[in-house]
Amino acid sequence: MAQHGLSDRVAIISMGCTRFAEHFDRGADELAVDAVTDALDGTGLTHDDIDAYWLGTYISGISGMALARPLRLVGKPVTRVENMCATGSEALRAAVYAVACGAVDVAMAVGVEKLKDTGYAGLISPKIQDDGTRVNTSAPANFSLLVPAYQQRYGVTPADFRAAMTHVAWKNHANGALNPRAQFRREVSKESIEHSPAVAGELGVMDCSGVADGAAAAIVTRAEDAHKYTGTPLYIKALSLVTGDGSGAADPSYDYTSFPEVVECARRAYAQAGITDPRRQLALAEVHDCFTPTEIVLMEDLGFAERGHAWRDVLDGVYDRDGELPVNPDGGLKSFGHPVGASGLRMIYECWLQLRGDAGDRQVATAHRGLALTQNLGGAPGDCVCFVSVVGTKPG
Amino acid sequence: MQPSTTQADRYPRTGIIGYHAYLPAYRLQRGEIAAAIGASAWGARCVAGYDEDSTTLGVAAALPVVRGRELAAGSVWFATTDPVYADKTNATAVHAALDLEPGIVAADLGATLRSGVVALLAAARDGGLAVLADRRGGPAGGADEREGADAAVAFLFGERDPLARVVGTASVTAEFIDRWRAPGAPDGATWEERFGEQRYAELADQLLTSLGDAGVELGGVSRFAVAGMNARAVRSVAKTVQKATGARLEGGDLADIVGNAGAAQAGLALADLLDAARAGETLLLISLADGADALVLRATDAIAERRGEPLRAHVDQGVTIGYPQYLLWRERLAAERPRRPDPDRPSAPYAWRNRQYKLSLTGGRCRKCGAVQFPLPRVCYQCHTADEFEPVSASGQSARIVTFTVDRLAFSLSPPLVSAIVAFEQGGRLQCELTDVRQPLGVGDEVVPTFRRGATVGGIRNYIWKARPVYPTTSAVPGPAGSERES
Repeated sequence: MAQHGLSDRVAIISMGCTRFAEHFDRGADELAVDAVTDALDGTGLTHDDIDAYWLGTYISGISGMALARPLRLVGKPVTRVENMCATGSEALRAAVYAVACGAVDVAMAVGVEKLKDTGYAGLISPKIQDDGTRVNTSAPANFSLLVPAYQQRYGVTPADFRAAMTHVAWKNHANGALNPRAQFRREVSKESIEHSPAVAGELGVMDCSGVADGAAAAIVTRAEDAHKYTGTPLYIKALSLVTGDGSGAADPSYDYTSFPEVVECARRAYAQAGITDPRRQLALAEVHDCFTPTEIVLMEDLGFAERGHAWRDVLDGVYDRDGELPVNPDGGLKSFGHPVGASGLRMIYECWLQLRGDAGDRQVATAHRGLALTQNLGGAPGDCVCFVSVVGTKPG
Repeated sequence: MQPSTTQADRYPRTGIIGYHAYLPAYRLQRGEIAAAIGASAWGARCVAGYDEDSTTLGVAAALPVVRGRELAAGSVWFATTDPVYADKTNATAVHAALDLEPGIVAADLGATLRSGVVALLAAARDGGLAVLADRRGGPAGGADEREGADAAVAFLFGERDPLARVVGTASVTAEFIDRWRAPGAPDGATWEERFGEQRYAELADQLLTSLGDAGVELGGVSRFAVAGMNARAVRSVAKTVQKATGARLEGGDLADIVGNAGAAQAGLALADLLDAARAGETLLLISLADGADALVLRATDAIAERRGEPLRAHVDQGVTIGYPQYLLWRERLAAERPRRPDPDRPSAPYAWRNRQYKLSLTGGRCRKCGAVQFPLPRVCYQCHTADEFEPVSASGQSARIVTFTVDRLAFSLSPPLVSAIVAFEQGGRLQCELTDVRQPLGVGDEVVPTFRRGATVGGIRNYIWKARPVYPTTSAVPGPAGSERES
């Protein structure tokens, strides 16, 4: 038994994305309608032409009706999917597989999240009824566990690691400042990042992604049909998902300096896409920078940096927008905001813009490489799901 | 009122085979309490952490006593004036956290001051475990709040190689109003202290007569201690006993240096007596609460080598907290609510299914590959064998911090929530909260599991195992809990 790549059988022919923001004037329904309308715009397609829908939402709706109702989709198969922070990517994965297997000709993936109706600080995850034994830590606390462990393993001083974390936040805000759809459209000084109020461990507020509302959508077709709708489709080169078994906390071999799920997920994706040197073959990478140390560790897990060296690469500007491999040129979760169910499709949306040369002020110089990666991470170190995709401009 | 008969003949071989006094980590300056009402006071009292209640204090005292011992079928007698539950037995949670056999009866003795000494007498009769635990407070700024203490102590009675044999007991019961409190009310009240002083003086005389009648030679007593909530009565009776016996008073300063731990005070006094005792000495404990009770013991040759660290070693090891912190911990003041959801009510069926892990910190060791894991899983994470585990408890084990964090966002009864991944020496890791953190934490620091309370939701109190750093008893440096290590 083996996992097989999609061999460019499926293409993205259009995308839509709302601004990610504190949309106090919009609910999940309005955001979904906005993103879907944006995706259909200019394609000549209507809902009559879409054969099936997948809705990714973490906490903003239950069942496919959460999409069918606001769009008034009549007689359509609509399915809600959820896989923590990989939820939006999971919707795309399902739509792509449906097309790839020949079950449908045209499918739509929609990711939507409404987080700002709770009044609480940070992300509120749904809780399964339990007996209160499990320690109820927040997401920033879970990811802050990386910091002392990484420093200890690689002998990095707290000051050096702090500087690398700060650089990640600074870079992603600088990128987001150029992005009209980003939640935070301003550059942030390194001083204000380092002096932001403490949240968890070494993480301050400015080390955390933005809690936002938003939606994004993609329409996929068979690759051979793509040119009916656009001259510049994006081909699905790889889709990879690895769901962790949650053993990290129990297993002494896990040391909180890596995400083994990401390593395996990337390995599979690179095999599908034929990538052997991601740092030089990829035009850009949209990665899950939920917290600044996460992005540093991901550079190693995705094979962009040697073990123990990512913090140095970060400080050297390797992943800056004008660096060797631009990472999160749209601002990332940090500055674009993180409406959980929409984020995976938002990352694909940036690849859509960058690889087609439509990214405006933040257009990366490496777009000619023609391949881009997106990656999501849901859960916590030692206990997570990971998604990696590779999309490209050329088939075959 | 006729003195009761003594019961020396009931204890042919029974004695105390182990004991331990637990003083919580925190101290509160009495002067700071008194200043709230324009008064002054001296010294410091012991204060339980925000995550400690009478049940967890009792577990902390009893764990070192029962650990490594096959507890013969006896009993668990739990005494406190501050029970977590009414209707539901509190001693059962103590029994579960100690991982005792189901065949051992566990019972509360009612929320009264006399229950402490009665737990000792009851356990002495049936070779049981007496667990005395209390949290004492009172109206803000007042004498009860200043002079109270939070502490616990446990004594295991039995016949095998005791540290001190029971020579005899005596009890006198009397009904009068000296100190009282409505059930569940936070604050109690007292009558004029002199009234109680007179009554207890009379009762102590009757008690001494009763002991003499039963054949206890008072002149042979080497050391004695007196415990009670009426400080005048305690002082006055101590003088009387000293005159009658010529023995040395021990623990006369306990109420000053620790505070008065209510139902646990007689136990603290007894622990202090045993800490001071030499082999062959006769020891007399007197408790003054709604009567008078006496326990007479004779220290054996085993006492010097087999007793643990003395109670007094921990008196000066506390971390001083401020009065507002105390008032918040005691829920006398309502703290600002975090902008986070309240915790859910613990599910009773879930907790029951999970009881071995939740209350006894028991997991499993895979019989195929040896990997230790908590809680007990169905499938081994390492070799994926199903349902092949032998139980293994992390209680009493030492662990090291793998990584840690201070969480300022998560709900906590006393933010911030400090948590860590800890790895046990015997194998197995745990993600858990840390508590009683006095110094900046580091990877590799030693911690030990400790049984603590979580939130109370819908009247159900959540109990969890946390871990606390191990500090040498001489070098504890007070510092803000949860502060990160300086770079």
